[in-house]
Amino acid sequence: MQFFFEVLIAGLLSGVMYALVALGFVLIFKASGVFNFAQGAMVFFAALTTVGLKEEFGLSLWVAIPITMVVMVLLGIATERIVLRPLVNQHDITLFMATIGLTFFIEGFAQLVWGSTVRKLDLPIQDVPIEFVMERTGMLISQFDVIAAIICAILVAALAILFNKTKVGRALRAVADDHQAALSVGIPLQHVWAIVWAVAGFVALVAGLLWGARNGVQFALIFVALKALPVLILGGFTSVPGAIVGGLIIGASEKLAEVYIGPYVGGGIEGWFPYVLALVFLLIRPEGLFGEKIIRRI
Amino acid sequence: MSAYLSINNIEVIYDHVILVLKGVSLEVPKGKIVALLGANGAGKSTTLKAISNLLRTERGEVTKGSIEFDGKRTDKLTTNDLVKLGVVQVMEGRHCFAHLTVEENLLTGAYTRKISRAELKNDLEKVYHYFPRLKTRRTSQSGYTSGGEQQMTAVGRALMAKPSMILLDEPSMGLAPQIVAEIFEIVKDLNAKEGVSFLLAEQNTNVALKYADYGYILENGRVVMDGAAKDLASNEDVKEFYLGVSSGERKSFRDVKSYRRRKRWLA
Repeated sequence: MQFFFEVLIAGLLSGVMYALVALGFVLIFKASGVFNFAQGAMVFFAALTTVGLKEEFGLSLWVAIPITMVVMVLLGIATERIVLRPLVNQHDITLFMATIGLTFFIEGFAQLVWGSTVRKLDLPIQDVPIEFVMERTGMLISQFDVIAAIICAILVAALAILFNKTKVGRALRAVADDHQAALSVGIPLQHVWAIVWAVAGFVALVAGLLWGARNGVQFALIFVALKALPVLILGGFTSVPGAIVGGLIIGASEKLAEVYIGPYVGGGIEGWFPYVLALVFLLIRPEGLFGEKIIRRI
Repeated sequence: MSAYLSINNIEVIYDHVILVLKGVSLEVPKGKIVALLGANGAGKSTTLKAISNLLRTERGEVTKGSIEFDGKRTDKLTTNDLVKLGVVQVMEGRHCFAHLTVEENLLTGAYTRKISRAELKNDLEKVYHYFPRLKTRRTSQSGYTSGGEQQMTAVGRALMAKPSMILLDEPSMGLAPQIVAEIFEIVKDLNAKEGVSFLLAEQNTNVALKYADYGYILENGRVVMDGAAKDLASNEDVKEFYLGVSSGERKSFRDVKSYRRRKRWLA
């Protein structure tokens, strides 16, 4: 039983890491109705820039992170100006294609500036078991994972307040529903998009730092974005809490499946189990657990 | 009376090739309701979007002429600037934010204004006073409300910007005659009590002329006739082609639409 809980908790905590990436997608989808394919590239870019600044210029982490933050905000504003502004009121698929282009640009740009070697990112958080828990229950729970979960929780609370309680949040949701109507009541689409891309850049930075510290800062970081997909389908593309719950479910179920079902089918199901789960969910609830119901007048 | 909003001979081209407005001029005096009438594709909506500068998002462009509001050129302004100046468009087909509640929809209308919470609440109550029906539906997602309620939400949302001029596009679309009358009564009320000027694009000529002070008739991107609403309503051509009442026997095709022949040299 103790083993079960250990697997479950490890799964939930890794789910938080997925949720962190999924959050970036949700933000942009909620505010513009666009699935931002470039989110993974942004995570990679943020992590690489932080490490690059630290190693190439010898800056401390506490200087490198704020500078990266500024870079991410500028990237967000530039994206709005160059990519999105000319595409207002175009089809969603057009905007989606634009973000695919953006992905390859950011990828290439990041490696052009910082090179393509795998770098190591050391955060002042250690990946060791928490002694307190180990002594009491005998379970091995990573301190790193727990801190990541706390950071994630703070981020989610802040975003939930931003979206549901503030004027800007209301405008963001309005824009997601209808670009042109939002324009017509005087919501400046440009500002709103710049804000949301900047916030998504910030979320990408947090995700990039945590993932980078864990797996090393390398090109493959882009593919953590793919792990966010089942999380989004499960939780709903438009829900901040959905991203978290989705992440937790995916994280826990993939680890439990690996441990308890894996041996019967020869193992290695962790990699694809989340997608099967997402597929089943698509059939039952296409808008996800917490997503906005699709409203259609008949 | 001087013109509050005036359009001088504008030409609008979509996608660099499609000429939709071919020199439209019109004026809206302060505190009046002016109707812009015409069939599908005549250019009513385009005219309104040219004023509110929503045209750019549809790849349209004003290529000639000028638009002035309160004595200032507005061609280079953004929609956001215009809303701040007091010109708000209520788009054709309502365009409510489906996932926002009715009240949230109304609140988005006040985005451009920097006002206190109390003022905001006060303005909200005022909108509910004009549209009591919205108050009962305030917590419903507007996507689930009826067409009439959505139209009311759209007008109420525009009111939250405290406009002095509302560009109202096809408010009667898809609504029952009773609801249409209800909405037009409110428009008249807003005009009288709040002093809001209206430029009203409508296909429903009958209703529009009943509530408007002045009317313009658009055909194929040109103004072919204008006059006081009363005069238009009694004009033989308007009666025949827009109101569907004909006097006595059928006319010969040669005699119809005298104004069109009269103004042909302008083309």
